[in-house]
Amino acid sequence: MELWQATGLSAACRFAKGPDAVLKLILRRIIVALPTLIILSMIIFGLQRMLPGDPIQTMMAEESDPQVVEFLREKYRLNDPLPMQYLAWVGNVLQGDFGSSLRTGIPVTEMILQKLPITVQLATMAMIMALLIGIPAGILAAVHKNSAIDYAANAVALSGMSVPNFWLGIILIMVFAVSWKILPASGYVPITQDFWLSIKSMLMPAFVLSTAVAAYLMRHTRSAMLSVLSSDYIRTARAKGLLSNAVIIRHALRNALMPIVTLATLLFGDLLAGAVLTEQIFVIPGFGKLIVDAVFTRDYAVVQGVVLFTAIGFIAMNILADVLYIVINPRLRHPQ
Amino acid sequence: MKKLVLSAMLAGLMGATAVSAADLNVALQDDPDILDPHRGNTFVGRMVFGPMCDALFDIDTSLNIVPRLVADWAWSEGDTVLTMNLRRDALFHDGTPVNGEAVKANLERALNLPESNRKAELASIASIEVLGDTQVAITLKAPDAAFLANLTDRAGMMVSPASFETAGEGGLVCAGPYKFVERIQNDRIVMEKFAEHWDADNYYFDQVVYRPIPDTTVRLANLQSGDLDIIERPAPNDMATIEGDSNLVFDIVTGLGFYGVNFNMGNGDRSQSPINQDKRLREALNLTIDRNVLNDVLGMGTYPPAYQPFSTASWAYNPEFDGGERDIERAKALMAEAGHESVSFEILYANNSAMQSLFELVQAMASEAGFNITLRPTEFAAYVDEREAGNFEVSQFGASGRIDPDGNFHRYLACGSAGNVGNYCNDELTDLLNQARVINDVDQRKALYDQAQQIAAEDLPALYFYYTPRTWAYSANLEGFVAYADGVLRLAGLKPKQ
Repeated sequence: MELWQATGLSAACRFAKGPDAVLKLILRRIIVALPTLIILSMIIFGLQRMLPGDPIQTMMAEESDPQVVEFLREKYRLNDPLPMQYLAWVGNVLQGDFGSSLRTGIPVTEMILQKLPITVQLATMAMIMALLIGIPAGILAAVHKNSAIDYAANAVALSGMSVPNFWLGIILIMVFAVSWKILPASGYVPITQDFWLSIKSMLMPAFVLSTAVAAYLMRHTRSAMLSVLSSDYIRTARAKGLLSNAVIIRHALRNALMPIVTLATLLFGDLLAGAVLTEQIFVIPGFGKLIVDAVFTRDYAVVQGVVLFTAIGFIAMNILADVLYIVINPRLRHPQ
Repeated sequence: MKKLVLSAMLAGLMGATAVSAADLNVALQDDPDILDPHRGNTFVGRMVFGPMCDALFDIDTSLNIVPRLVADWAWSEGDTVLTMNLRRDALFHDGTPVNGEAVKANLERALNLPESNRKAELASIASIEVLGDTQVAITLKAPDAAFLANLTDRAGMMVSPASFETAGEGGLVCAGPYKFVERIQNDRIVMEKFAEHWDADNYYFDQVVYRPIPDTTVRLANLQSGDLDIIERPAPNDMATIEGDSNLVFDIVTGLGFYGVNFNMGNGDRSQSPINQDKRLREALNLTIDRNVLNDVLGMGTYPPAYQPFSTASWAYNPEFDGGERDIERAKALMAEAGHESVSFEILYANNSAMQSLFELVQAMASEAGFNITLRPTEFAAYVDEREAGNFEVSQFGASGRIDPDGNFHRYLACGSAGNVGNYCNDELTDLLNQARVINDVDQRKALYDQAQQIAAEDLPALYFYYTPRTWAYSANLEGFVAYADGVLRLAGLKPKQ
C-alpha cells in the first residue's frame, strides 16, 4: 500500500491530480517548515537558559553535595559554553537521541513515546466531542439567528469558554465518580489493555477539554454560516426549490467549512501540546504535566525534547489542514 | 428493554471502577525522581523505595533502630567496627542471595558512584570486609553516631549487584517484599508481591500502585470514590471532611521535619541588614510569632508549634527550649533597645499556597511590633538559586527531618555545612555538634545537643515555627495501618478488613 493511501489521503490525491501533487505539497511544506524548526530549537534552548535557577541545584535541594553537583554539571555539559551545548544537543537530536531526564534518568524519547498515545487519545476524544457539539450548535444558531436556539447556543458557548477547567473537572469527579460511582475518578488505562475502561477513564477529561474547543467551533461555525447563508447562490438554491436541509448541509456548510477546518486543526494541535490543568485534575500522564514539571525542575532535555516534538505536531496539523482544503474546496483541486 | 440495556450499561460502568481487594492504590504528593536508592533525592522517592528495597536496618514507631536484612549486629570496643550477621533467607528480586559480597558491593557503590547522594551519610567508612557468606565488618574512620540511622534509609538499601548498571532507569532490582513492575512518569509506579521474600506472609496485597497526585482536593476525591486506598498528606482543611466520612480514617503523627525561617548571617551583602546583624531584633521577631495561631489557622490543629530543630518524636527534643509566649511589648522594647522603632526586611520563599499563607500570617503578626516585612515568593528553582547566591535577608527554612538528630541540626547550622545557606558560624556550637557526631551514648549526646541548643537560642540564626505533621487518610476497609514519624509508609501487616 502506498503511503498516500495508508495515511487516508486518497480523496485528496484523487482530486489533486493523483498522489504526486499531494506528496509534492507535503514535501514543499516540510521543506518550508525546516527553518522554522531550526529557529524554534534555538529559541527553546535559549529561553530555558535565560530562566534563573540551576537544574542540578534544584534537583539536589536538601541533599546537595558539592562533589555530586560538579560531577552532574560536567556529565550534562552544563559547564560548556552555550553554543557548544546547543550544537551537542542538536547533533544528538539529529541522531534520534533527545537525551535523558536529569531528574529521573529516563530517556526523553522513551518518555515521549510513553505519553504520545495518551495525549493523542485525550486530544482526539476531546476533538470529536467538540466537533459533535460545536458544529451542529453553530449551524443551528446560524439557521435560527436571533431565536431562542441562537441565544441558548451562545450562552452555552460563553459558558464553555469561561468555566474554569479545574472547577468543572472537580464537579464532574464529585458527581460521576464520588457520588454515582459510574466513572473512574482519575487515571489512565491504555486502550490496548482494556478498551472500554480506557474510553471511560478519558470521558470526563475529554469532555472538560472539549468545552472551550466546542465553544470556539460553535462561534466560528455560526459566523461562517451566517456569511454563507446570505450569499446569492444560497438564495438561488432555495429559489430552485431545494430542501432546506440540502441547502444548509450541501451548499452552505461546505463553503463555511474552510475557516472551521483551519481553526479545528490548530485547536487540535493545541490539544496535542497537552492540557496541564485537566491532566492534573484527572491524573492523566500526558505532555502538559510532563512539560510543566520539567520547566519547574529545569529539566532542560525534557523541555527541549517535548517542545520540539509538539512543534513538529503543530506543523503536521498545518499540513493536514492544507490537505483537507483540497478535499473540501474544489477550486483548490485545479490551481492552474 | 431500554431499561434493561441502561441497567446493564450502568452495571458495567460500576463494575469497571471496583478495586480488587488484592490491589493497594496509594497516592503520593509528587512524582519521585530517579528510582535508585543511591542516587535518589526526593522524599516521595523514599516512600516508593520502602516496599521495594529492604535496608540493612529499619526503625520502629518509637524511632528505635531494629534489624531488617541484618539478623544481629555488634559494635567493637570504641565503636569503630560494626560487625553484622545478615539474614540467611533474604533474596534479591532476581533470585540472587543478599550476602556479604552484595552488601560490600552496595556500600562501595554508594560511596564511589560519582552520582551517589549517599556519600556524606557513609563518609565515615574506612573499609568493608566480608568475613563470611553472611557476615560483614565495617570499619569506621572514627565513631559515627548517625551511622546506623543512615543504614535504615537509602544508604542502607540493597540493590542487586547484577542490576547496578540498569538501576534508576526503571530496572530497579532490590530485596524488598514488592518488586518493580513498571513506571509511567507522572502516572504510576507499579510493584507486585515478591513471593520469595523472607517476610512475605506479612504482606497482604498482590500488587501495590503508587500514583503521584499533587492536588490535595483531587487526592481526596479519588479516595472518596474508592479509586485509592491511602493518600498521604491530605490538606489540613480537609481533615473535617475525612473525619466526618465513615468510609475514611484520618491518621496523624508528629514528623521529624520543621518549617521556619533562617537568617542570612554571612552570605554576601544582604547579611548586613539590621535583622541579620542584631540578635535583639531577631529575638523581637521571635516574640511576635504566635505558633499556636499558626497551628490553628494554617494547620487546623495539625501543626505542632516548634521552637527547636528536634520534634517531640526525637530523643534529642528538650521541652526546656520550648515556649515563649507572644509578647509584643517585650518585642517593641527590644527593638527600642537596638535603636529601631521599625525594622524592614524581606522574606524569600518558594511560591506555593502553604508558604504564602504562612508568611502572610508572619507578616501580619510581626507588623504589630513595627516590623515591615516584604514578601518575595519565588518559583522553586529560582528560590534555590537565590538562597545559594545569598540574595536574601531572611528565607524560608525547612527540612524533612532525619531519624538521627545530627541530620536536623549539624547540616543546617554548623560552620560550612551544606545546608547552611545563611553562612551562620559559631565555632563553639559547631564543636559541640561535631562531638555529638562521634559519641554513641544517647545521654551524652543529648547533653551536647542541649548545650548547642542553648547557643542557637542565643544567636538565633533560625526560627522554628511548626513541625511537619505526617498525615494520612485511608479507606476504612483497611486494617493494620501504622504511621511512622519519618512519614514513610510501611506495608507489613496492612490488609483489607475481614
